[in-house]
Amino acid sequence: MTKKKINIAVTGLNAIDSPGPGIAVIRSLREAVSFDVRIIGLAYESLEPGIYMHDLIDKTYQIPYPSAGAESLISRIEYIHEKEKLDVIIPNFDAELLPFIKLEKRLKDMGIHLFLPTEEQFNERQKINLPDFGKKYHIKVPHSKAVYSPAEIPGLVNEFNYPVVVKGKYYDADIAHTQEQVQAYFNKILNKWGLPIIIQQFVKGTEYNATGLGDGKGNTIAAVPMRKQYITDKGKAWGGISIDDEEILKMTDHFVSSTKWRGGFELELIKDFTNTFYLLEINPRMPAWIYLSVGVGQNIPEALTKLALGEKVEPYQHYAVGKMFIRYSYDMIVDVEEFHRISTMGEI
Amino acid sequence: MKIKKNVAISESGYIFNPSTGESFSVNPTGIEIFNMIKEGKKIEEIEQLILKKYNTDKDTFEKDYQDFLGFLKQYLLIDTHDEKED
Repeated sequence: MTKKKINIAVTGLNAIDSPGPGIAVIRSLREAVSFDVRIIGLAYESLEPGIYMHDLIDKTYQIPYPSAGAESLISRIEYIHEKEKLDVIIPNFDAELLPFIKLEKRLKDMGIHLFLPTEEQFNERQKINLPDFGKKYHIKVPHSKAVYSPAEIPGLVNEFNYPVVVKGKYYDADIAHTQEQVQAYFNKILNKWGLPIIIQQFVKGTEYNATGLGDGKGNTIAAVPMRKQYITDKGKAWGGISIDDEEILKMTDHFVSSTKWRGGFELELIKDFTNTFYLLEINPRMPAWIYLSVGVGQNIPEALTKLALGEKVEPYQHYAVGKMFIRYSYDMIVDVEEFHRISTMGEI
Repeated sequence: MKIKKNVAISESGYIFNPSTGESFSVNPTGIEIFNMIKEGKKIEEIEQLILKKYNTDKDTFEKDYQDFLGFLKQYLLIDTHDEKED
């Protein structure tokens, strides 16, 4: 019996040192057992490596940056949809999620399905709202504060013990040991991501992550905890191992059931020397290491696609413990003609 | 004193704790003692076997054994619910 073929558009093709999840999502979709796929890449920049991975991506289109606004995005998607008959879009960048959430209904009317958190869920877990989120759902989070001006930096000593983590609204985090370092990181992150800058109490410990999928009704469809084994200077996991930690699984379940989370997510956790877990961040999308979920027996991108299409999905009950992912970098040789095509025509 | 059920040791002395994702390696004597604890042998029995097999004395064994247990506890490889049995 032939499997049905689904046209899925995926963003986050920047498989670089701080990678977007797109390529891992696509690899997972290509290994789906319940459907076949045609993959449409959606890229922001001409040098996103995924554009040139023709064995994984059938066709790539450039799309406008989220800052260009929702109208500009939807008119580009209309053009792509006309040619590709999209069934599902899986956005993978934090910064583009809100525009996609706002467009969800219009896209559905066009026959394109998304499976994203609600606007309220998205906003509630934003870094600036994390302390309130922790209180509301009884989850331990390190003390943090949104800072809007360098003038607030000297006063931080009244609330925090150095070191502290200086974070951007969407990305970037640096550990600062002095007021001067906070100032330097404040300016660096401000130039990249704008205000506010988040100051979070540094917690010394071991880093753990959990990825999962909520069905929007309070059920955990999938959950895979992982311990980071190799961390890059940007704090990204370059290697990790699936673990069997009941407390992380309980936290994940609690997070999904209490927020009725809809879509993929990643919980970033740290365990301090008293073996207490703190929630550092909630990423409202699948992580770049999502392919590990396939490796341990839970194909989260496949399940997410089925939920987007309104199909019933039974929760995964098991996963393999002790499976590692080890990331690597790889040089492709690309003809300049391809680069010219995506740069000038916006599609390849 | 019991080693956690899900903690495994390989023939080469590689210990993996699936709850935390941490791994450790121990030397051949460590493998023997780890396996004896895992099998539920009491300290007196382990002491007898080690003193019979190796050229060491009771005091040295007890000191090294307690050190070894300290590491197992520190790295959360011991089931704390069963500590009373020690």
